Amino acid sequence: MIPGLGDATFGIAELGHFALILAMFVAVAQAVLPLTGAARNHGPWMAFARPTAIVQLLLIAFSFGCLTYAFMISDFSLAIVYQNSHSDKPMLYKISGTWGNHEGSMLLWVLIVSIFGGAVALFGSNLPPSLRARVLGIQALIAIGFYLFILFTSNPFERMIPPPLNGAGLNPLLQDPGLAFHPPMLYLGYVGFSMAFSFAIAALLEGRVDAAWGRWVRPWTLAAWAFLTCGIALGSWWAYYELGWGGWWFWDPVENASFIPWLTGTALLHSATMVEKRDTMKGWTIFLAILTFSLSLLGTFLVRSGVLTSVHAFATDPERGVFILFLLIIVTGGSLALFAWRGPAMRNTGVFQPVSREGALLVNNLIMTTAAAAVLLGTLYPLFLDAIDGGKVSVGPPYFNTVFIPLMIPMIAAMAVGPMLGWKRADLGQALKRLWLAFIATGVSAIAIWAFVADGPVLGMVGLAMAAWLAVGTLVELSERIRLFREPLSSSLTRIARTTRASWGMTLGHLGLAIAVAGMSGAGGWKQEAIQTMMPGEHVDLGGYTFTFEGATEGQGPNYALTRGTFVVTRDGEPVVTMYPENRRYPVRSMPTTEAAIHTLFSGDLYAVIGDPDGSDGAYVTRIYWNPLVAWMWAGSLIMAAAAGISLSDRRFRVGAPRRRKAAAETDKTGPAAAKA
Amino acid sequence: MKRKHKRLTFVAIAGVLIAIAATLILTAFDESIVFFRTPTDITEKRVEDDQRIRLGGLVEEDSVEQGEDGVVNFRVTDTANTVPVHFQGILPDLFREGQGVVAEGKLIKGVFMADEVLAKHDENYMPPEVAEAIKEAGQWHGDEPDSSPDSGEASQ
Repeated sequence: MIPGLGDATFGIAELGHFALILAMFVAVAQAVLPLTGAARNHGPWMAFARPTAIVQLLLIAFSFGCLTYAFMISDFSLAIVYQNSHSDKPMLYKISGTWGNHEGSMLLWVLIVSIFGGAVALFGSNLPPSLRARVLGIQALIAIGFYLFILFTSNPFERMIPPPLNGAGLNPLLQDPGLAFHPPMLYLGYVGFSMAFSFAIAALLEGRVDAAWGRWVRPWTLAAWAFLTCGIALGSWWAYYELGWGGWWFWDPVENASFIPWLTGTALLHSATMVEKRDTMKGWTIFLAILTFSLSLLGTFLVRSGVLTSVHAFATDPERGVFILFLLIIVTGGSLALFAWRGPAMRNTGVFQPVSREGALLVNNLIMTTAAAAVLLGTLYPLFLDAIDGGKVSVGPPYFNTVFIPLMIPMIAAMAVGPMLGWKRADLGQALKRLWLAFIATGVSAIAIWAFVADGPVLGMVGLAMAAWLAVGTLVELSERIRLFREPLSSSLTRIARTTRASWGMTLGHLGLAIAVAGMSGAGGWKQEAIQTMMPGEHVDLGGYTFTFEGATEGQGPNYALTRGTFVVTRDGEPVVTMYPENRRYPVRSMPTTEAAIHTLFSGDLYAVIGDPDGSDGAYVTRIYWNPLVAWMWAGSLIMAAAAGISLSDRRFRVGAPRRRKAAAETDKTGPAAAKA
Repeated sequence: MKRKHKRLTFVAIAGVLIAIAATLILTAFDESIVFFRTPTDITEKRVEDDQRIRLGGLVEEDSVEQGEDGVVNFRVTDTANTVPVHFQGILPDLFREGQGVVAEGKLIKGVFMADEVLAKHDENYMPPEVAEAIKEAGQWHGDEPDSSPDSGEASQ
């Protein structure tokens, strides 16, 4: 025992540290034995995969629990607790502080890897033993990389002797529920793609991919995708209400780092369907799985290592940077080499014509990966230029908007048509004819916006029209599938009941995107802002609403001083809402935060911010925003994530599903392709 | 259609997509790459008027003047040279005298007209470009205030 640390908490961190080391050794066993066993077809060695995965999960969960405990009791003898916590923090933020720092977040990362591995061990009874052994072995290899990284460069259990009296981490901006759960969501997404990756590598080792493989990969991809969607939406929502600029997406490198894997993950989601249902696109799907996880790794590390702001951040901790690069090269390089070697052996039996459901899914894949590449290029270009001493630059939102938006227009146009096409071969003209209602809706909404909404940018109008196209097109497909108005209503209702959850997932997911696109177009195209000095009694007109400033008062919060402004909002003389934006100043860190007042209406958000006093006569600098449709974006994102959840609960993904494969196949025939035939 | 032709169709689609993306990227790059400059660069006339740049440095002590309607004038320094900045809007929460700042805008007749002043999530965080700028000016005293990036932006 170390003198000066003789309290009961001393042992906990050491136990956590020990469990972490032990977990790494278990992971080594989990990697070596099953992988060798699978290669030599040695049953007992393969059987090691399940118990070791579960033991590893228990150990790392214990270790993470110890660290959380240290944060909860504010054990400042741990360096990261000292740096990132404070005894005055509310309990929720003490706990979220566990992963709100580099070391703890890496521990969370590896914990999630193990949770996913444990889930395969527990629920994977219907997997072929060799595939299961390989998946778990590869999952363990990924974990080992992270254990080494944590233990050698970012150990969360490092002590400070003597322990300081109180912590230094009381950043009020970060004490926020949105931000507390944003990183775990993102990580669940990133790490979820590790399952798709492990399955892809296992399939390459096995030398074959079949429909059962697709049925396993798809739910993991769906889950990861749903979490990532939530994580990105949560981050954007936080930026929206906390930073007080009324903006929601800045094409910031940190945001891009999570958005790039989302794009390729979306592509993976769609190509895995083809593997499962049509026994085709196997090599491409494996490639996408490798790509998506590599980009997730890249995203985590770009953010974590600090290289994004500048390559010179390497200088602050060269060890971490080098380790990171090394791990990335091994994972990406190794898996791509394996892919080049074994990939060509994948046999696709499903053939199809370019105009077909498969063709449409492939177009989705091509556009998504192109968009991901463009965003990646813009994100990495400053790094690249700096590395060759070409000067320091930043690539701003104009680049991303110019490149990304034009790619999304054909994408959304195709999204409404794709589901109307049958598998294998289809008639494009016929499908377009059946979409007449969507054409009308698009035209009508375009004309209506042009005629009734003044001063709209062309892009905003195009965006809203595209949203209408996608929404109506998706609904047309749904009504065809249930043969609405063609058969008696009761028959249509039976068809609704028989629609698989996977189909519902597709329909809802596409509708969610339509809603989100409408939100982005509205907020991007018709946002209004006014920055001014206001005397009490003065008013500002914005978006058809009148914001009257009633003055501001000074006050005291629990651990901060505040200025609270009062705005009465009216529309045509009718009161709408009274808003109270605040400006808080925390003496501990002498740091102000802006608490914007936001009132969400169906048609948009009223958004008010109070700034500093201007002179002593009660005048304040104020910022008022009108953000039309902005909440639709998050609502749409949530619908998309929920749609993935619904799709995930489809019966054929459940345990033991392959035995009921026939039944599932028959249900699938309610799809439009079969209905048409 | 033969197998080969089908492949060709998709290769063609991919080719067209890549061509479109490349065109978009090239045009967009030209317009949206913003170089980072220091007050010294500007003083030594290495920056042309009307060129969009990012200016980084420290907000000089006692230089912030609030004007009407949210107009703010302040000076940015890399300790060797100083540039006056004009900005209209509400400054980010962490804007303070003596702290690092990054502003984006154009230089017009010797005054930097900023349309954006960037916020950081942590008051101890120094943008690496700013640290570099001060180092280049030869005024760095090595007391880097916790510049490990993860402490500041950790939670994103």
